[in-house]
Amino acid sequence: MTTVLAVDDSRTMREIIALTLRGAGIDTHLAKDGQHGLEVLEELAPDAIITDINMPRLDGYGFIAAVRDRSQSRTVPILVLTTESADDLKARARAAGATGWIVKPFDPGKLVRAVQMVTG
Amino acid sequence: MRASDDPMAEFRATFFAECEDLLEGAQAGLLAMQHGRADSETLNVVFRAVHSIKGGAGAFALEEIVAFAHQFETALDQLRTGTLQPDAATILLLLNASDGLSDLVAASRDGTSLERGATDATLADLCALVSDGKADENPTEGFVVTKLSLDLDAPEPPLPERQTYRIDFVPDDALYALGNEPLFLFRALAELGDLEVVADIAMVPEIDKFVPGSSYVGWTLDLTTAASDAEIAEVFDFVDGLCTLRIARVPADRALDPVPCPPPGAQTASAQAPGSAPQEGPVGEPPQTRPEAHLPQASTAAPVAATVRVDLDRIDRLANLVGELVIQQAILTQSIADTGLTRRSTVSQNLEKLTGLTREMQNGVMMIRAQPLKSLFQRMSRIVREASAASGKPVRFSTEGEATEIDKAMIEGLADPLMHMLRNAVDHGLEPPGIRAAAGKSAQGDVRLSAAHRSGRVVIEVTDDGGGIDRAKVLDTAISRGLVSAGAQLSEPEIDSLLFLPGFSTAGEVSNLSGRGVGMDVVRSAIQTLGGRIAIRSETGRGTTFSVSLPLTLAVLDGMIVDVADERLVLPVHTIIETLTLSDDEVGELAPGSSLAMVRGQILALLDLGSALGYRAPLETIAGAQALVIALEGNERVALLVDAIHDQRQVVIKGLRDGFGRAPGVAAATILGDGQVALILDPIEIVAHAGIRAAAPLSSAG
Repeated sequence: MTTVLAVDDSRTMREIIALTLRGAGIDTHLAKDGQHGLEVLEELAPDAIITDINMPRLDGYGFIAAVRDRSQSRTVPILVLTTESADDLKARARAAGATGWIVKPFDPGKLVRAVQMVTG
Repeated sequence: MRASDDPMAEFRATFFAECEDLLEGAQAGLLAMQHGRADSETLNVVFRAVHSIKGGAGAFALEEIVAFAHQFETALDQLRTGTLQPDAATILLLLNASDGLSDLVAASRDGTSLERGATDATLADLCALVSDGKADENPTEGFVVTKLSLDLDAPEPPLPERQTYRIDFVPDDALYALGNEPLFLFRALAELGDLEVVADIAMVPEIDKFVPGSSYVGWTLDLTTAASDAEIAEVFDFVDGLCTLRIARVPADRALDPVPCPPPGAQTASAQAPGSAPQEGPVGEPPQTRPEAHLPQASTAAPVAATVRVDLDRIDRLANLVGELVIQQAILTQSIADTGLTRRSTVSQNLEKLTGLTREMQNGVMMIRAQPLKSLFQRMSRIVREASAASGKPVRFSTEGEATEIDKAMIEGLADPLMHMLRNAVDHGLEPPGIRAAAGKSAQGDVRLSAAHRSGRVVIEVTDDGGGIDRAKVLDTAISRGLVSAGAQLSEPEIDSLLFLPGFSTAGEVSNLSGRGVGMDVVRSAIQTLGGRIAIRSETGRGTTFSVSLPLTLAVLDGMIVDVADERLVLPVHTIIETLTLSDDEVGELAPGSSLAMVRGQILALLDLGSALGYRAPLETIAGAQALVIALEGNERVALLVDAIHDQRQVVIKGLRDGFGRAPGVAAATILGDGQVALILDPIEIVAHAGIRAAAPLSSAG
């Protein structure tokens, strides 16, 4: 089963992501910010990571950088959740090390497809 | 429909609950900025809160919130980048914006519509503020509202004609570094139609020249599909710019041709079914190097926070059940006592343990319901701000003891009375700036809201540094309204407590804020409904303090059990000062149905509870009766006559709000240990209802 870690400081978003992905048979783990995400990664090797950008403690950019720094997760696909679809945001996400992006608010099908796209 | 039956409703509930937390955080942050207590993270917290609300609102297609939050967020972002300066006017505008956002959220939560244009002015201010920094023509540019729907199995549209595409794809090194995997792209393509993949491995070097992480393989793919160009392009969305990519339609007559001219060394693989992999070149660090073995972990979500959100109904049900348990346990104790078993018997000793556990359980449940006053206090800053703006009196508002916890139901019941007390403090308590200046005070008035635990109760105080109560004016008003007889000699506390009489108002002119038809009498009755009491301290020229004392919970009460005219009744112990047995020579007649007693040099009004409640005709003789002495506001004392005083014990309050009319003097009911239902009285209301105070303002005899 595909395993995904979703990192978002918004409880609403976490619940929507979890319900959507679990509905598609994806084992979904949640973390409430980048720091928490790194803690979860100590115990979990997900097939993909979904992360928000604006978060307390450790934001999305810092989180991605830290994930890419760990040898165990150097090539794990990371999808960034962003409210802006602007090109410079994609560029920034990519510069930080993200694999892809999902524009919020997303429709559930798109989220599932994006995850499947990077996990096969 | 219960929320749990409908995931969308549940999401909405989560969203609005989260909005409340976020708005609270945003307000706290903005207030900290206003008071110069902000640190570098404060602005980020506010920004994230508004940002999250916008994101969530987008999912529910709450466009008004999205539009408003977007401008708000933009302003905050400009503060972060330094385009805007956090001066007082800007922060005030942002505080107004958080009020406005809060109104919008509340309106969509409750399904009510705001007055047309209620937040337009604030939104316009925000736009003006933002456009100073940067023009943002389209309020939600770059942010598309997509209504979230859970229709995961939408029916597929009818298939259009199939087309064949030739796709040339050569990844850059960066594609692999960012966690992309060509195989997955091909699988996604294969889901769109029939796919043939040819890998070009001509560039793969000898093993000793092989550099991990480099891209050596290119692919040529033929996809025959009914999918649109956009759908195919979407597959490559994430790798756009990380590869050389060419997608072209193959003319129909060539569609059946095999993949032409495979490059030297190329092999053909079919990827029609996911899992049948194309030839894999050595592609840097392939995903297989990722640890596949997951460490032990439950398949459920990782713990997100050490708190749970529980429906209040469930807690109430639990609290109610524990209440029943306490009652049942009291009944059991009584029936065991009735059997004559001694306290040293095994049954009695075990029962004692059960009693201890029950009490602990009761405390535990009460602790679940307890919440800090913080959120309530934060809401109040808005009230003060609005009152300050409306009255033209600058106010410095401070709070203290926000962490003090109290029953959640109490917090809800406190909102209205506190709001009114604070409005009063600004409107009536503080002097206009000119008069303050003449009195040598700073133009900015102080209004303080504080909370503290004091001997098992929570005391909440609203303090202003205004001119204090104008007692001559209060007395004049009371006399002119016939509330007090002319020439009555009243002590200062007695004059102050006149403010609580129904219909009392000292405001010479009705301001924008008062004149809402709510007086201090309404505040007092709201506080009393919560089992609390309110008192005033005021010093001329120095200010006024309204002090509200509340029990920690609404659910249990220390009660005094009494008999009146064969009825068993409960009086709250905290209202009782002492109990007396009256002998004849202590009693002096004042008026029919009401008497006076002199006890230790103090005159007490006597009130026969039996006749006051209409259980019987007034007693002919009060000699030998038992009396409970209660204190009214302003140190007046009244002795309530009862037939017998039993004991003092904890009772579980059973509300009489649903299905019962409100009887003056009856606060609630309870079930006693023997299973008997008893009314819980509100003695202060009984006295007020009996009209004793208006008839005879009392003072201590020298």
